[in-house]
Amino acid sequence: MSSDNTFSLNLKIWRQKGANAEGKLVDYHVDHVSPDMSFLEMIDVLNEQLVRKGEDPIAFDHDCREGICGMCSMMIDGKAHGGYKNTTTCQVHMRLYKNGDTIVVEPFRASAFPIVKDLAVDRSAIDKVMIKGGYISANTGNAQDGNSILIPKPIADEAMDAAACIGCGACVASCPNGSGMLFMGAKISQLALLPQGQPEAPQRALNMVHEHDTLGFGNCTNHAECEATCPKGISIEHIARMNREYIKAAFTYHEKTRSE
Amino acid sequence: MATSAVTHYFRSSIGRKQLVAITGLALCGFLVGHLTGNLLLLVSSDAFNIYAHKLISLGALLYVIEAGLAAVFLVHLGLAMKLNMENMQSKGKYQQKTKTGRGTTFASQTMPYTGVMLLVFLILHLISLKFGTHYETTVDGVVMRDLYRTTIEYFRSPIATAWYVIAMAAAALHTSHGFASAFQTMGWNHGKYFKNVKRLGLIYAIVVGAGFAGISIWCHLKGV
Ligand code: SF4
Ligand code: FES
Repeated sequence: MSSDNTFSLNLKIWRQKGANAEGKLVDYHVDHVSPDMSFLEMIDVLNEQLVRKGEDPIAFDHDCREGICGMCSMMIDGKAHGGYKNTTTCQVHMRLYKNGDTIVVEPFRASAFPIVKDLAVDRSAIDKVMIKGGYISANTGNAQDGNSILIPKPIADEAMDAAACIGCGACVASCPNGSGMLFMGAKISQLALLPQGQPEAPQRALNMVHEHDTLGFGNCTNHAECEATCPKGISIEHIARMNREYIKAAFTYHEKTRSE
Repeated sequence: MATSAVTHYFRSSIGRKQLVAITGLALCGFLVGHLTGNLLLLVSSDAFNIYAHKLISLGALLYVIEAGLAAVFLVHLGLAMKLNMENMQSKGKYQQKTKTGRGTTFASQTMPYTGVMLLVFLILHLISLKFGTHYETTVDGVVMRDLYRTTIEYFRSPIATAWYVIAMAAAALHTSHGFASAFQTMGWNHGKYFKNVKRLGLIYAIVVGAGFAGISIWCHLKGV
């Protein structure tokens, strides 16, 4: 911990006791930051300091710490996950900062993601959208031979790119409109590209979009801030495919859809 | 309550956006026609007046076209305003803390402002030109409105010309984002061609903005 290359940082961290409490930025100073630490480990160090002093440690979400679970939501200097290319907060390393830097850390800001405490927000709105159709439930009988459903490689690749979404919500947090089109577009697009997703494609598009609209997400105005921020590099081409799927479903799908 | 998918479409975020997009593209098309007509100002007063007279002579048909245009414009404006107002609620109260600029551009962020500027411009534009001073002239024995004179007289004022140029800068900014944005919203985005759509949008914005502004400056110089 005390090797030569450790350094000190100033932090301004959003503290908020609960969902309805008033929050504010609080100044902290943290020593012994190693360049090899991840951003979350740096906060761990700070939390240890706080606990030793008998103060309330900073609440933040995290799980895998290897860039795959999408839990580590925070705005670092106003940018979701710090704004580094294809990087989640847990993969941001402290070597990107230098001694004496001041870093502002805040929770994701979107009406659809209410603050739980400090940096932790409730991202379950994403799950609510997924529950409306982000899966395949058509009964297809026994598992078939892998080669019986042919999917051209470029299509499989594109579906895979969309499937890379980890549901972190950075797209929503970075969007000036707080819109959820990128993660939703990724899922609708992924399943629309694959033959297995076809039978339920229209219901999926209709139900997911309608759920999205009721949860406080904003309307996309094509800033493409999400695409630049997404730690998985999801392209807004998937939003375009969703838009196509949605208009097609709205005007060709027969069954009535439920609004509630 | 079950609601039909089509009803939902017109209430949904994507459905309403697509209406904004398609009406926006229609307005882009209109501007091309308008600009082409304006080019006749550069040819001669008679050429421009004959063109205007032909349009006016459409009579009832012209009213139908104008009503359609007004409807397209109102749908575009009304839905965009509604969507924008909803978006003001969707970031909570801390919006200023979010740093943008990796996808967001000046044009994309100012869409509501340039849009409102164009609305104000449009109203003043109609009052001062379409419903402006009525002169008459005779071309080849036909008595017709001398819209050429109204136009040149209007642009004699440096303030009117400057305002017109500023409004056209707003139009260029608005369409520089709006053109490609409309394609994306309609779902017409594919890696294969979208770069070219963006380029076309930029060229469109520059040609239309500079075209209208240039002609207004030409009129100003002609008038003084
Ligand atoms: S689309 Fe990207 S930014 Fe949005 S939830 Fe998925 S991984 Fe996160
Ligand atoms: S903690 Fe799992 S992605 Fe960061």
